[in-house]
Amino acid sequence: MAADVTRDNLEESNGGEEQVITPWEVSAKDGGRIDYDKLILQFGCQKLEESLVKRVERLTGKPAHPFLRRGVFFAHREFDKILDNYEKGQKFYLYTGRGPSSESLHLGHLVPFLFTKYLQDAFKVPLVIQLTDDEKCMWKNITVEESRRLARENAKDIIACGFDVSRTFIFCDFDYVGGNFYQNMIRIAKCVTLNQVRGIFGFTGEDHIGKVSFPAVQAAPSFPTSFPHLFGDSKDVHCLIPCAIDQDPYFRMTRDVAPRIGFHKPALIESLFFPALQGESGKMSASDPNSAIYVTDSPKDIKNKINKYAFSGGGATIEEHRKHGANLEVDVPVKYLSFFLESDEELAKIKEEYGAGRMLTGEVKLRLIDVLGKMVDRHQKARAAVTDEMVDAFMAVRPLPQMFS
Amino acid sequence: MAAVSKEALLSRLQGLGINSIVHEHPVVMTVEEQSKHIGHLGTTLSKNLFLKDKKGRLYLVSALATTTVDLKALSQRLGLGKGGLRMAPEDALQEILKVPLGSVTPFALINPSSRSVILLLDHQYQNQPKLLFHPLVNDSTIEISNGDFNLFLKSIDRTPSYVDFEAVVTVGKDQPPDLAGFVTELAEQPSSLDTKQSIASTQNCSIKEVASAKFPNSKLKVPKEKVHIEGEFQKLIRDPQELVNHILDETIKATMEKVKDVTHYTDTSISNEIKSQIGPDLQNLIMLFKNTAYTQGFVAGEQYSLGEDLVSAFASRSSVVRGRSESGRCY
Repeated sequence: MAADVTRDNLEESNGGEEQVITPWEVSAKDGGRIDYDKLILQFGCQKLEESLVKRVERLTGKPAHPFLRRGVFFAHREFDKILDNYEKGQKFYLYTGRGPSSESLHLGHLVPFLFTKYLQDAFKVPLVIQLTDDEKCMWKNITVEESRRLARENAKDIIACGFDVSRTFIFCDFDYVGGNFYQNMIRIAKCVTLNQVRGIFGFTGEDHIGKVSFPAVQAAPSFPTSFPHLFGDSKDVHCLIPCAIDQDPYFRMTRDVAPRIGFHKPALIESLFFPALQGESGKMSASDPNSAIYVTDSPKDIKNKINKYAFSGGGATIEEHRKHGANLEVDVPVKYLSFFLESDEELAKIKEEYGAGRMLTGEVKLRLIDVLGKMVDRHQKARAAVTDEMVDAFMAVRPLPQMFS
Repeated sequence: MAAVSKEALLSRLQGLGINSIVHEHPVVMTVEEQSKHIGHLGTTLSKNLFLKDKKGRLYLVSALATTTVDLKALSQRLGLGKGGLRMAPEDALQEILKVPLGSVTPFALINPSSRSVILLLDHQYQNQPKLLFHPLVNDSTIEISNGDFNLFLKSIDRTPSYVDFEAVVTVGKDQPPDLAGFVTELAEQPSSLDTKQSIASTQNCSIKEVASAKFPNSKLKVPKEKVHIEGEFQKLIRDPQELVNHILDETIKATMEKVKDVTHYTDTSISNEIKSQIGPDLQNLIMLFKNTAYTQGFVAGEQYSLGEDLVSAFASRSSVVRGRSESGRCY
């Protein structure tokens, strides 16, 4: 397996002082910023070059999503192959997921979903969304009933992002695992040794057996025959997985297994971490309400959180700021605007003026509050309009005849 | 919406047939400073306070400089309890009244953003021949007759509410707060949301939503904001005509705003700007519409396939549906 960077390797090579990126922990070196270029090297994935972005625009006939244009989705594995096949008329499907560990989603959670929605609309392809209620039941130690409830609640937020019901299948592991899906799980599991999962996911002898076989559950949706109602028994459909880069270990394992059981390797397109309000050194955490903007926040909450907690790269005093300008590398409001401000022009202008010290932190924050306020407002309205019946419709095991049209 | 300017205010007054005199002077931040420059007029100056209560409602208290206004007593008389009134924060001054510091004036209510500010006037204004207020800026003062001031208020749909600020009124168990009638209901709270939106949605709330908002102890803890938000989208996606009207309204509104600034844009750039401004939101709305229609079809299909059990299924529809998704595999 190429460049197999496991937890053990990381700690050995640098005495535990390196940045740590695993699916359950993210921290930068010495509390500084995450070095993404190093990460790409360590993990062995590719940088998403400008040329690929242009190619996407050509193939889809519309401007690329801001997340692509601005390097939020910055790394990939074989995304170029997906595009090659797409050009030849071979379609693919999208696979993404969420671990429903808490009722409220924050903006960092929305990022992969917003991007996936763009991919669905731009390429006109189907999407499967896995809600890993079983994973959270095990890792977060909540009851089965609670995790299923959370999964349904999260499904509403996901649907509110605007997915097309005629192309989207949402499923919870507790409902769906079985049949062909389970058959694939076993095929996958047979190809991965205990030592391998220990290395990749850090399992120890004390971890319960549920955890140990979970990786197969998250791997199975990468293979089309797991969804007989969608793809029948065709093994030839490619899969593209948009995710945050900390999910890379799961899918490295899957890519390793795929050819051994006669499937295409799933392709990945990976994003940066959405920075926490307090700064770049970590990612947003559901356990700290002031580290993130939640989709349930009121306009007042958003204003408060941005003004009080958003880490500013501006000068300590107005004089200093006017003289030296702002440090855009660490300024959180500007980073958030890079994610969510639609206009490239306006973003460039703000960066220029703020970087030169002509624009003040307060002004940048005001603009951000406006942008986030609108976004959250739109999401809340859409979410309120999602009914239980709509969730049932998205989750029904049904064919999707229009999924490629 | 941009703040109304002093010039616009003056031309509005002229348009109403009001002859007012504008006295220019250097910038003044207090009544004392102001009186240094125009105290010679012999007319009593006014003091204007912009206040906020704990629930976020805003008040503009305008009284003669010589009248004592006791905020604690006023707060009690309004039914807000003993320390219920504070000076409003500066950002409210900017966002709602749209005047700079030191320029609070009843004339600021000409701004639509201040629609929900409660105006309380000193009852002594009624026997003053002339009144003195800032015309939205504090480098001048308008001298206006009492009658003309009332004309102005009428022109912005306000009826003058006079209060005797110095009256000693006990408020207690058997004596209800005498000014409580001025305090508006929470549902019409000032908010920075689009006013059209909040009006439409409060009218369209379903009975269930209003009921749960009124009974805070009910199990269904509906956060207050939800009462506004839930109505709007549902109404639009249920009815194609409403949806189309909404789309056209948004488009026309966005176009009109751009057209005012005609010098900067060409036809295509206006069109692109408008599309990028309202396009994404409208697309989301349409997707919601589609998903809703699909869902209704799905539900109908399920019931159809139940055949003879249709009657009992109709009665217990939700439990049937939930039952299927819970029991799992349907393949």
